[in-house]
Amino acid sequence: MFHSRTVEIWVGLFVAIGFAALFMLAMQVSNLSTVTGDDGYEVTARFENISGLKVRSAVTMAGVKIGKVSDINFDPQTFEAVVSLRIDSRYNEIPTDTSASIFTAGLLGEKYIGLEAGGEEELLLAGDELELTQSSLILEQLIGQFLFSKAADGDDE
Amino acid sequence: MTYMSNVNDKPLIEIRDLHFKRGEQVIFDGVDIDIPRGKITAIMGPSGTGKTTLLRLIGGQLRPDAGTILVDGQEVAALSTRELYQLRKRMGMLFQSGALLTDINVYENVAFPLREHTELSESMIRSLVLVKLEAVGLRGARHLMPSELSGGMARRVALARAIALDPMMILYDEPFTGQDPISMGVLLELIHTLNNALGLTSIVVSHDVKETITISDHIYLLSNGKVIAHGSPDELEKSPSDWAQQFLQGLADGPVPFHYAANDYAEDLLVTMGKHMKGGAV
Amino acid sequence: MSEKKHSPLTPLLDWLQQLGRFCLGFFERLGRGHLLLFHIVSGIPGLAFKWRLVVFQLYSVGVLSLLIIVVSGLFVGMVLGLQGYNTLVDFGAEESLGTFVALTLVRELGPVVSALLFAGRAGSSLTAEIGLMKATEQLSGMEMMAVNPVKRILAPRFLAGVLSLPLLAAIFSAIGVMGGYFVGVDLLGVDDGAYWSQMQAKVDLHDDIYNGVIKSIVFGIVVTWIAVFEGYDCTPTSEGVSRATTRTVVHASLAVLGLDFVLTALMFGEG
Ligand SMILES: Nc1ncnc2c1ncn2[C@@H]1O[C@H](COP(=O)(O)OP(=O)(O)OP(=O)(O)O)[C@@H](O)[C@H]1O
Ligand SMILES: [Mg+2]
Repeated sequence: MFHSRTVEIWVGLFVAIGFAALFMLAMQVSNLSTVTGDDGYEVTARFENISGLKVRSAVTMAGVKIGKVSDINFDPQTFEAVVSLRIDSRYNEIPTDTSASIFTAGLLGEKYIGLEAGGEEELLLAGDELELTQSSLILEQLIGQFLFSKAADGDDE
Repeated sequence: MTYMSNVNDKPLIEIRDLHFKRGEQVIFDGVDIDIPRGKITAIMGPSGTGKTTLLRLIGGQLRPDAGTILVDGQEVAALSTRELYQLRKRMGMLFQSGALLTDINVYENVAFPLREHTELSESMIRSLVLVKLEAVGLRGARHLMPSELSGGMARRVALARAIALDPMMILYDEPFTGQDPISMGVLLELIHTLNNALGLTSIVVSHDVKETITISDHIYLLSNGKVIAHGSPDELEKSPSDWAQQFLQGLADGPVPFHYAANDYAEDLLVTMGKHMKGGAV
Repeated sequence: MSEKKHSPLTPLLDWLQQLGRFCLGFFERLGRGHLLLFHIVSGIPGLAFKWRLVVFQLYSVGVLSLLIIVVSGLFVGMVLGLQGYNTLVDFGAEESLGTFVALTLVRELGPVVSALLFAGRAGSSLTAEIGLMKATEQLSGMEMMAVNPVKRILAPRFLAGVLSLPLLAAIFSAIGVMGGYFVGVDLLGVDDGAYWSQMQAKVDLHDDIYNGVIKSIVFGIVVTWIAVFEGYDCTPTSEGVSRATTRTVVHASLAVLGLDFVLTALMFGEG
């Protein structure tokens, strides 16, 4: 074959660039670098209402992402949502009385779970349940309550 | 087993009662041909009788509708792909168009079958290629690309490629067309020598009656799907058949139709005129 | 012929006949295409000893498509940056620009647009090359030299196409993300950290990147298969080759878009 060496060099370059691009997509673009795979531990939390929370939603503590929602189930006995949180194994010193709340990023943004550390000495272990939870705020309900209280105020006058 | 058959005097190729159709068009209608070993057999006939088709049938690229083609005792149409490829390694075919690979140069074209089928070292390949190219007088053209060759040169390169693997037989499809008188002489000489020196069996398809006759041992004349006449050049020249005489002497008129089968000429013309008249009337 | 009476049904019968012939032809081609794919795939292991052929094809199929992929990726990324910014800024959500650009590219535009460009750039030239080899009897000649053209000519081209497209699509997406960065961060002033961190928070390695790569592998197989088949199956004349080339681009593009829908539904359907 003619120009055999040039061709080989170009092909080598092409393959290298291609894999570099794949590597960049994996490391720089995706969450591979922020959450290290599945080697975290899982805890559960029960909420009355999780509306808008999804699998893969973020779990944060003091605004820092420390894990993600790995599973969402419905408990037919208690009519509650059972959410499994996979927390990165780096963050393994969380007290047992930590509370979990569902927040919204911005007014219309994504739902995420925020954890607030308690004061217990004992630490959370895999399979534990977070007892203190606060459900998602539902915009319609808030507006409804607001209007209702306004109307009530109006009656008083 | 195939080695045994080399010893006896059976023909290398035996074609019996060959029938072949292209769609509706009957190309062979009961053809019997024997190609003797170590001889040059010429197959001649008017353009479009199916000479190229015959070579493709022998090479196993087409399958007969009926009848058998035995090459060295093996029935071509019944071979598995692997066996067919084994057989083809022992056949060289010179295509009418040359069929050189256009993305590699002359040298690589001739080296192609060697690289594909042998494990020879680069220096061995080089000497073999140069020998073959020298034989066709194109050793100096080895760096040219096929697009830079004339039609005649391309045919000679294709010939060098066809003999690269030293096959037991070579099928030449129109080796002389487009050759100047000198290279024609060289080619005739080459086919003749290859045949005698290497004990090859050759089938030459050609229209160049005079030249072909000088080197062939046996001639078949084909027309309209049949063998019209066959025999040694001397026998044919004395043949009583009008047909053979017309073809060998190149007369325009005679029993051989010059035209491709068609309906009546006058009628055809009338149809066109009719159409024109209709068109005119509107 | 003589049985054909001129009844009012004649046009209908003719039409039915044509329809029947068309369907038979269609199924015949479909069958031939799949048989060819089978033969090509069975020829791929043999390429281990002829890797030079594959390298050479990687050059003409992959490297030569690189320029168009890089340039298009850059511009598509820049457009996404601009359009995304204009839409998101109304909601005060321009921080999510990185997520928007990356997800669009990785899930959809990367695999799809590079497959379409690939069909136009590499697919058409594969068809034309193989078709011309057929028209000039090079394929026949090879068969008579006991070299199987499906293994010698088609298989390396097919393999090179299937390997190239995922790499090209990855390059397209990566360049696109940088194009979006250039417009969004450098020109429009989105926060640099937010661009990357929002992206990293939302783009999932498994769900998004792997699925995108799988898509482009599937597209690579389909586009190259169509290109190689059209070339090998064309009428061996210059007109036949040019028709086959057109068919490659049209059929391959349609196949890519149709398959994209199916694959997207399968992969991302269950949010
Ligand atoms: N691929 C094909 N499809 C349909 N018909 C074909 C095909 N190839 C050849 N034919 C027909 O078969 C007949 C024989 O063709 P062939 O090429 O064998 O002729 P030939 O004897 O070699 O002629 P020439 O001396 O001009 O080369 C022709 O009449 C042609 O119309
Ligand atoms: Mg011919």
